[in-house]
Amino acid sequence: MKVDGFRFLPRTFRPLYEGRGPFPGEEDPVWAPFEKRLAESRIALLTSGGLYLKASQESFDLEREQTHPEWGDPTWRAIPAAANRLDLAVAHLHINDEDLLADPEIALPANTLAQLVGEGVVGSATSDHLSVMGYQERSLEGWRDKTVQELIVHLRDQNADGLILAPV
Amino acid sequence: MPVLARWIERAGLPTVVVTMMPSIAEERRAPRIVGVEFPYGHPFGMRGDHRMQSQTLLLALRVLAGAGTFGTRVDLDIEWPVPLREAYRAWQPKEASPIVRQFLEARRSTA
Repeated sequence: MKVDGFRFLPRTFRPLYEGRGPFPGEEDPVWAPFEKRLAESRIALLTSGGLYLKASQESFDLEREQTHPEWGDPTWRAIPAAANRLDLAVAHLHINDEDLLADPEIALPANTLAQLVGEGVVGSATSDHLSVMGYQERSLEGWRDKTVQELIVHLRDQNADGLILAPV
Repeated sequence: MPVLARWIERAGLPTVVVTMMPSIAEERRAPRIVGVEFPYGHPFGMRGDHRMQSQTLLLALRVLAGAGTFGTRVDLDIEWPVPLREAYRAWQPKEASPIVRQFLEARRSTA
């Protein structure tokens, strides 16, 4: 089967996403080979669900997005792999966050990954996973020079061998 | 998100993007893609459905570790087990997002 990426969207919204092609300068293939066995690898997760720790981290900036619709907060949060769902909050204007708050595994499956580690399918998970919120379809302001560089340093510090990114 | 994957991949870390819009991830030239036909906000599946979440994550791991060429796309063959009309409404925020409001206003002004 082939996924219909517009099944759950009004058809009139297709132009918001479709036919824009790659970002300038991002046309060529990029490739980092996955060298290890999965059972010997450390895996990290990244969600764009706007998850953050409500007791210790700031929310993502929704106010500026309200006044600048093509902008999205380019900051990021480290979410401990063992975080309890009750410790998490969601800052996101593009989705109904009810399911995500009730079961963060639908966007950041940290417990499912931990289970696969326990079964020996995956070697290990990073101690932190990653959360962003920002809308990137129109503007990459703040992302290339700062956020991604910080994410790369963090992933290297965590000795990640691979990253699973899941936009919401 | 696909461009984030490209930048991280360029730094030497293999990536896979699990997405409801795999054709857009292809347009944006993501290195490895798993397509899921799930409502927005649910890239790994239904709330409380551990089996579906696990199947999705396992496919992502297989594509991450096993894909041999740039642009590999594998779509997950699981149908969302909720009637379309209900699922279509359930994922949407109570208020339209700012970008959608802007899009609708622009469309009205040109109509």
